[in-house]
Amino acid sequence: MLGLCATSAFLAIGVLALILGYVLFNGISYINFDFFTQLPKPAGESGGGVSNAIAGSLLTVGIAAAIGIPFGIGAGVFVAEMAGPRLAAVVRFTADVLTGVPSIVVGIVVYSWLVLKMGHFSALAAAVALAIIMLPIMARSSEEMLKLVPQSQREAALALGVTRWRTILSVVIPAARRGLITGGLLAVARAAGETAPLLFTALGNQFWSLSIAGKPIDALPLRIYQYGTGPYNSQHEQAWAAAFVLVTVVFCISLASRLLLTRRG
Amino acid sequence: MVMTTDFRFKPPVTVPDDRAGPERATSCPISEAEAWSDGIVVRQLSAWYGSFQAIRNVNLLVGPKRVTAVIGPSGCGKSTLIRCLNRMHEVAPKARVAGQVYLRSDDIYGSGTDPVLVRRRVGMVFQKPNPFPTMSVFDNVAAGLRLNSLFSRRSHLADIVEQGLRRAALWDEVKDKLNRPATELSGGQQQRLCIARALAIEPEVILMDEPCSALDPVATLKIEDLMRDLSVSYTIVIVTHNMQQAARVADCTAVMMMAEDCAGEMIEFGATSEVFTNPKAKGTEDYITGRCG
Repeated sequence: MLGLCATSAFLAIGVLALILGYVLFNGISYINFDFFTQLPKPAGESGGGVSNAIAGSLLTVGIAAAIGIPFGIGAGVFVAEMAGPRLAAVVRFTADVLTGVPSIVVGIVVYSWLVLKMGHFSALAAAVALAIIMLPIMARSSEEMLKLVPQSQREAALALGVTRWRTILSVVIPAARRGLITGGLLAVARAAGETAPLLFTALGNQFWSLSIAGKPIDALPLRIYQYGTGPYNSQHEQAWAAAFVLVTVVFCISLASRLLLTRRG
Repeated sequence: MVMTTDFRFKPPVTVPDDRAGPERATSCPISEAEAWSDGIVVRQLSAWYGSFQAIRNVNLLVGPKRVTAVIGPSGCGKSTLIRCLNRMHEVAPKARVAGQVYLRSDDIYGSGTDPVLVRRRVGMVFQKPNPFPTMSVFDNVAAGLRLNSLFSRRSHLADIVEQGLRRAALWDEVKDKLNRPATELSGGQQQRLCIARALAIEPEVILMDEPCSALDPVATLKIEDLMRDLSVSYTIVIVTHNMQQAARVADCTAVMMMAEDCAGEMIEFGATSEVFTNPKAKGTEDYITGRCG
């Protein structure tokens, strides 16, 4: 029994190591300066880079974080600090259901809400889709983090004649700040790797664009998808390199959040 | 309440037994009129957590500028009683109160009374020292004023912080580390910091819920000295299950005991010396002689 469980555990670690190793092995040799600074070359030509995809990913995930994280924290504060047990259970359950909604469904819904209404694909539509994916993650993690703040801290503030909302804002949230940042980082890491909702909202773009609402925008996962399914070897190489960059970013974010949470003092 | 006493130049009281003088015996019991005008009057107070009744029909007169101790075995509702005096009881989920509490004849459970304003008049120190861990020593003392947006100018704040720390007999120990995190202080210092924090908003009454139960004997003695000093200008109510502590610091003592249904009732109230040497209730005698509780 012990052997079986240990094997399963090592299998899980092994799979991660295998994926990371394989991506590293395939991708690292195609990483160069041009890869980060150049725009994609026309299909079939070698060289060029994915600077537009990197910028697009930063832009969409950034806007998504600006929408998803504050609302997520707000929902977490509501559940942890204000709602009664029954209402809290309802919100918690709803958040869990939302976490379970397939991301492609989020994509198609935002497509019909925003892309069709606005008339074009955009960074904004992509950001809204990613924010919807981040929202429940952020809400649940911030609720858990706020609950870890000892009741004695709230009582200390309330006993000083501090109002409830000021207690939450100036005592409870600062006490939980490290956990909240961790939750935010994990939500960002999750959103950065999402591909399916971007197909319906960002679409992808061969050219440089930082337009928020006007035109389609590129993103790393889309670039990987497009190059990976393309016919040319040069595209496959760049897809591996992009996968390597994406995995590295997500891995670093996860690592940073882990360090932040375990560090004391 | 106007603070007129300057504690800076007051010689520290070091030997606790010296304080058990006759002047304390005369300061209790207090007259009802005095409790009405300057103290706290508790009338038929009952409190519940959900369907569980924690205290039943408590009547109590708290005299101004005295230490009043509430003693009794664990779970008899002592803490619940004092948490009702600054409306902290209702912070617990499903908590409920019936009866009246008058602070200088203001009904603190009156329909128009804001609990936030009650808590500014009635400060509280908790069992475990609970300084804000994210704040410095200075910011902890200033927290009450800052978070209530009462003062913003740093210079003014600095005076108030110094005064609070001096009154809490902590200034000399922390004046060089005002900007260090409060969590670096020792347990006893943290508790005095919490007292300074409570004093900084100039309350009329200070409630202390077993303030020494997490502290070592030396730190306990310091807090007890402090309570005696503070009682010159503040009304203090302390909950303790340490009978020697009550005997050392309190002018008046109330004894609570659990009834059959676990609700706490007050079985005796009077001058501390009377309660300990000549108890009227059988329950008090059993408790202080160690036969129960």
